[in-house]
Amino acid sequence: MLGLRTLSIATVATVVAGFALVFFYAPNDADQGFVQKIFYLHVPLAVCALVGFVVAAVHAVRHLRTGDPVHDARSYVSIHVSVIFGVAVLATGSIWARASWGKWWVWDEPTLVSFLIVFLLYATYYPLRYAIEDRERQARYASVFAITAGAFVPLNFLAVRLAESLLHPRVFATAEGGMPGSMWLAFGVSLLGIGLLWVTLVRFELAAKATSAQLSRLRRALEGSPAAPRPEADRRPSPTVPARSGVGT
Amino acid sequence: MQRAGGAKARESEPAGAAAAIRLAGLWREFGDRAVLEDVHVELAPGETMVVIGPNGAGKTTLLRILATLLRPTAGEVVVLGSRLPREAWRARGRIGYLGHEPLLYRDLTVAENLRFHARLYGVEAAETRISALLDRVGMSRRAGELARNLSVGMAQRVAACRAVLHEPELLLLDEPRAHLDPQAGELVDPLVGPAEGRTRVIVTHDFRAALSSGGRVLALGHGGAVAYEGPAAGLPVADAEAIYAGSPR
Amino acid sequence: MSAFRAILAKDLRVELRTLQSVPGMALFAVSTFILFRFGLDRTTLEGSLAAGVLLATVLFAALLAVNRLFVAERDQGGFDAIRLAPVDGTALFAAKVAALVAYLVVLELVTVPVFALFFLDEWSALPPLALVLALADVGLAATGALASSLATGSRARDLLAPLLLLPLLVPLMIAAAGAAEPLLAAGGPEYDRFGTWLAVLGLYDVVFLLVGYGVFDFVLED
Repeated sequence: MLGLRTLSIATVATVVAGFALVFFYAPNDADQGFVQKIFYLHVPLAVCALVGFVVAAVHAVRHLRTGDPVHDARSYVSIHVSVIFGVAVLATGSIWARASWGKWWVWDEPTLVSFLIVFLLYATYYPLRYAIEDRERQARYASVFAITAGAFVPLNFLAVRLAESLLHPRVFATAEGGMPGSMWLAFGVSLLGIGLLWVTLVRFELAAKATSAQLSRLRRALEGSPAAPRPEADRRPSPTVPARSGVGT
Repeated sequence: MQRAGGAKARESEPAGAAAAIRLAGLWREFGDRAVLEDVHVELAPGETMVVIGPNGAGKTTLLRILATLLRPTAGEVVVLGSRLPREAWRARGRIGYLGHEPLLYRDLTVAENLRFHARLYGVEAAETRISALLDRVGMSRRAGELARNLSVGMAQRVAACRAVLHEPELLLLDEPRAHLDPQAGELVDPLVGPAEGRTRVIVTHDFRAALSSGGRVLALGHGGAVAYEGPAAGLPVADAEAIYAGSPR
Repeated sequence: MSAFRAILAKDLRVELRTLQSVPGMALFAVSTFILFRFGLDRTTLEGSLAAGVLLATVLFAALLAVNRLFVAERDQGGFDAIRLAPVDGTALFAAKVAALVAYLVVLELVTVPVFALFFLDEWSALPPLALVLALADVGLAATGALASSLATGSRARDLLAPLLLLPLLVPLMIAAAGAAEPLLAAGGPEYDRFGTWLAVLGLYDVVFLLVGYGVFDFVLED
């Protein structure tokens, strides 16, 4: 597994390469011209966010099975980063709509519409968590939510796609109607870059959480408050970042 | 200190009948606060244990953990041979719990409430058992009364019937005489009193009566730490008063 | 199984005695129809408008029942009572879903004829519509029970349940409206992609029943 520093460098490199390819290599779209290039950002963001939501559901299942709060942390952070990406999806989609159709919102782009619904659903994750005081129950209910919402995402896309199937859109095409290799390459690199960005952000946030958790444990010990023996208190706090993280402990 | 206690508990595996309750190093935390701290108890079948201590000492929490309603944060909990929380399902039908809430549905009658519980526990010959119990607590005439119309004392009497309806091996009582006038108390006592094959854990504020009861006593101090655990005769009244007077954390 | 029946019987008995959900839902629905009549300035509805008004009204009326679904358990210690008993958490889930379906069916038996009376020219669409509603009811009940149970344990429970539920219901709405719209077409019921939409509804039902079945034990724990 990559350390955090290596990961960050790889992410930056890939994203920059992706941008370069998008702007200097891939041809303009036949239909929509230059504006279409925003999809090299919009679609990878959407794909990564959606995969992120499914990953969160998987972590949630593991959390319910084992009761280990580490999985809850991973689920929470996955959703957090995916929701941020979701905002970016909506923003880029809106910009595209404005540039192509003159309106800030359109209903005939199924990805965008599905995303709006998914975003609204996951936005309730936070009020749900903060409305439950008991930490264990909060984590458990959050996991139940993550699993329910994870099951919802594919259903939602299916339904929206069926509803819009009479309308046109497809997003990537040149005059011939297909997608040339150059477009695929640019798209692939962008996707990889955004994916790496997702992983890096999640890792960063998890590392930050682990550190602050350890800090509060130490503080408690210093105050002399009694605390239950926990198996992970003896381990170094590193939920997903391996020990030689290079973040600097 | 914790180590020694734990080791001792493990060594004293009884050669004969298994303990009805065994707690070793039990901790329960709510958020950052410890409510039960390193509790060790062993109770043989048929014995009665009285739990005393000031408010906030974790007595109700302890009872709820024994009732399988709460999970321990750390430590070993074995009730009627079943390790909690994993094997809680095995113990549940054999435990009776009389807590602060009567657990009666307000819009059902007394009889309907008891019938509902009888069905949940799979009690056979439910009708005869229900009428017999209601008779013993003097509530027969009110069997058709909606639970919302009962006074607190009456509800407590019906709740006592509910708790023993399925002839539990382990009876957990949280201040059973609360809300009961002396007469009603006299009616309820035999229902929840010592019986063949019945182990009891009683939380009470009446520590003088507890100490002269001749059973075992568990005294919890503020913050849920064990102040005393052993035969009732071994705790002088003055010490018990001191436990109550101790400073809250 | 007997726990499921015991809990369902208890819920139905309490509802019959207190009438705290169904009459309110029915009144809400009828009032909403009248609001739509004036809001849309229409005295007849067909196709997508008819489907939308009927389904949206049923969905919002369902929220009233969803909010109250676990109120007895929450306020009267009922969760404790069920958790103490040797009963599977899923029996509680199944019983609540069944109870919600029962309330919705009764609601629709009252309000769909009223809707037809108010807005439809002919009633031939009603039998296939009943099938669509039946499938939608199951999905609505499954997600409603899930959302209600999650919101029940929290502080802002009356707000949280609808907030959780409404996005979850969008695919249900899409599928139900997709099936209902051609049924309510001006010239008589048509069956454009009827099978597809019923399949989507069925899939939705199965997915959320399974999710509820799988996670409900964890919702019940403390």
